[in-house]
Amino acid sequence: MYPPVIIIEAMLNGLLTGAIYALVALGLTLVYGVLHIINFAHGATLAAAMFAVWGLNAAFGVDPYLAIPILTPVFFVIGYAVQRFVIGPAAHGDDGNILLITLGLSILIENALLASFGSDTRSVSTDISFSVVEVGPFLLSTARLVGFAGSAVVALLFWLLMSRTDTGKAIRAVAREKLGARLVGINVGHVYAVTFGLGCAALAIAASFLMPTFYVNPRVGGAFVSIAFTVVVLGGMGSVPGAMIGGLIIGMVESLSGLYLGESLGQIGIFIIFILVLLLRPTGLFGAKA
Amino acid sequence: MTGRNYIWIVAITLLLALSPLAIASNTFFNFLILVLIISLAAQGWNVLGGIGGQTSFGHAMFFGMGAYTTSILQLHLGVNAWLGLVVAVAAGALFGLVVGFLSFRAGLRGSYFALVTLAFAELMRILANSLEFTGGAAGLLLKLDPGFANMQFSDRTSFMWLALAFVFVSLVVTQRLADSRFGAHLVAVRENEDAARALGVDVLAVKLKAITLSGAMTAAAGVLYAQYFLYIDAAIGFGMWISVEALLAPMVGGRGLVLGPLVGAFTLHGLGEVTKGFAGRIPGIDLIVFALVLIAVVAFASEGILGLLRKFRARLFRKGGA
Repeated sequence: MYPPVIIIEAMLNGLLTGAIYALVALGLTLVYGVLHIINFAHGATLAAAMFAVWGLNAAFGVDPYLAIPILTPVFFVIGYAVQRFVIGPAAHGDDGNILLITLGLSILIENALLASFGSDTRSVSTDISFSVVEVGPFLLSTARLVGFAGSAVVALLFWLLMSRTDTGKAIRAVAREKLGARLVGINVGHVYAVTFGLGCAALAIAASFLMPTFYVNPRVGGAFVSIAFTVVVLGGMGSVPGAMIGGLIIGMVESLSGLYLGESLGQIGIFIIFILVLLLRPTGLFGAKA
Repeated sequence: MTGRNYIWIVAITLLLALSPLAIASNTFFNFLILVLIISLAAQGWNVLGGIGGQTSFGHAMFFGMGAYTTSILQLHLGVNAWLGLVVAVAAGALFGLVVGFLSFRAGLRGSYFALVTLAFAELMRILANSLEFTGGAAGLLLKLDPGFANMQFSDRTSFMWLALAFVFVSLVVTQRLADSRFGAHLVAVRENEDAARALGVDVLAVKLKAITLSGAMTAAAGVLYAQYFLYIDAAIGFGMWISVEALLAPMVGGRGLVLGPLVGAFTLHGLGEVTKGFAGRIPGIDLIVFALVLIAVVAFASEGILGLLRKFRARLFRKGGA
C-alpha cells in the first residue's frame, strides 16, 4: 500500500489533468448534443493543434499560452469550414455516414501529420514545464495548475456564450428541435458549422494548455480520442456539465490506476469504465434518455 | 443471379490461383498474401457490418484473438498448428458471441456499438501488451520450421494458395448466408430493426449469429497472419490498423456484397502501391489515399465500386434495350 500522501497527490494530479480532458471532451459532447454525431476525428484534430502549438514555438519562439489567441480563431474557422463544406454535404443526413467520414478525416489528419513531421515525438519546454508548486505536503505541477484554472475559465466563458448570447440561443434551439429552429428562421447548416467550429476552438485551447507538460507525435490523437469518448460517455452524451465532471473523474481514475497497475496496464482502467458505462448505463451520469 | 455470383467466385479464385504462372516475384506474393489476409478479415466485418448493418470499429479484437490463440497454443503448449487454427477460430467465434451478447443485449446500436467494439479492441491491446503469457510489449515469435504439419511453407506460392483457399471458403459461406433465410433476416435487421422485430424476427439471435460467424472469419485471418509472418505483438494483433482495414475494404468494394471485401482490398492496396511508386517513401502516404477514397465513397458512391459497376451496367442495358 502507498502512504496516503502519495495517493492524495496522485488524485490531485489526476484532477488537474482531468480538467484538460474535460476541455477536450467539451467539444465532442457539444457536437454530439447539437448535431447528434460522433466526431471520430476529434483526437486527430487535437494532435494537429498540438503540432501547431509546437510549430509556433519551434519556428517563432511563441510561448504555448500566447498561442491561444492565435490558434483559437484559426481552429474555429477550420472546424466551421470542415463541417460546412465536407462533413455536412458528404453525409447525406445519415449518422452512420458521418461516423465513417470523421473516421476518414482522422486517418487523413494523422497521416498528413506523419508525412509532414515524421513519427518523432516532440515537446515544448518552457520555464513553466518543470516548475512545481508546494501545496502543504503535496508537489503540484505549475503548468497543470495553469491548465486547470484555464479550463475553468473556458468552461465559464462557454457557459456565458451558451446562456447569454443569441448564438448560444440558436445553438440550443437547434439542439432541441431542428425543424422548429429552421421554421423560425435559424440557418441550421450555419449553426451546425458554428458548433463544430467551437469544438475545434476548444481543442486549440486544450492543446496550448497541454503542450508545456505533454508530448506530441502523429499518433497521440488515438490516446486522447479514447479518453475523450470515455469522458463523454461517462458524463452523458451531449451533456456539458457531464463532460466537466466526467473529465475530472477520468483524470483521477487514470492517475490512480497508473499508480497501482503501472504505466502499461494502467490505461486499462479507462476502457473498463468505458465499456461498463456503455453496457450498463449508456445515458451516462447526466445524459438524457436516448 | 446467385448462380452467376458463384461463377464469379470460382473465376476470381482460379485467376488468383494461377497468377504465379504470370507473375512470380516475391514482392507480388507478399502483396497478394497480405491482401488475401485482409480480405478474409474484411469478410468477417462484412457479415456483421455490411449485411447486418452493425458497424464495428474494433474488429482487431477478433484478428488478435485468432493470432494470439494459435501462437500461444503452439509456443506454450506445443499444440499442432492446424489444431491451433481450429481452436483459434473457435475462440474468435466465442469472443464474438460474448461481446455480442453483452452489447446487443444492452441495446447498443449505431455509433454506440461502434464505440463499444473499439473499446473492447483497445482493452485487448492493453492486456496483450502488459501480460506475461502474451509476451508483453516484445510480442510472440513463432519458431521457423517449414513443413505442412506446422502450416509453414518455404515457398510463398504454397502459402498464397492456403490463404486463397481460406478466402474461397469465406466467399462461399458468405454467399450461402446471403441466399439463406438467416441472411434475409439479417438484411431485415439492417434495414429496419423495429420492423423486423414486429414481423417476428428474433433480432438478438440474428445479431448474435452474425457476430459469432464474423468473429470466426476475422480470427482465421489473424491465424494466417501469425503463420505467415511468424510474429505477433499487441500493436499488430489488436491495433487500430486492422480494424480500419477490415472496415475500409467492404466499404470501398461494396458494403454487404459478397465480393465487396475482396474487390475493396485489392483496389485500396493496389492504389496504395501505385501511390508509393509515385510519391516514394513518404510515411503514411498510402493511408492518406485510403482516407480520401473512404470519404469519396461515402459522399458519392455509398454502394462502393461494385455498386457503381452495377449502376453503370444497368444504364448500358437500358440504353441498348430502348
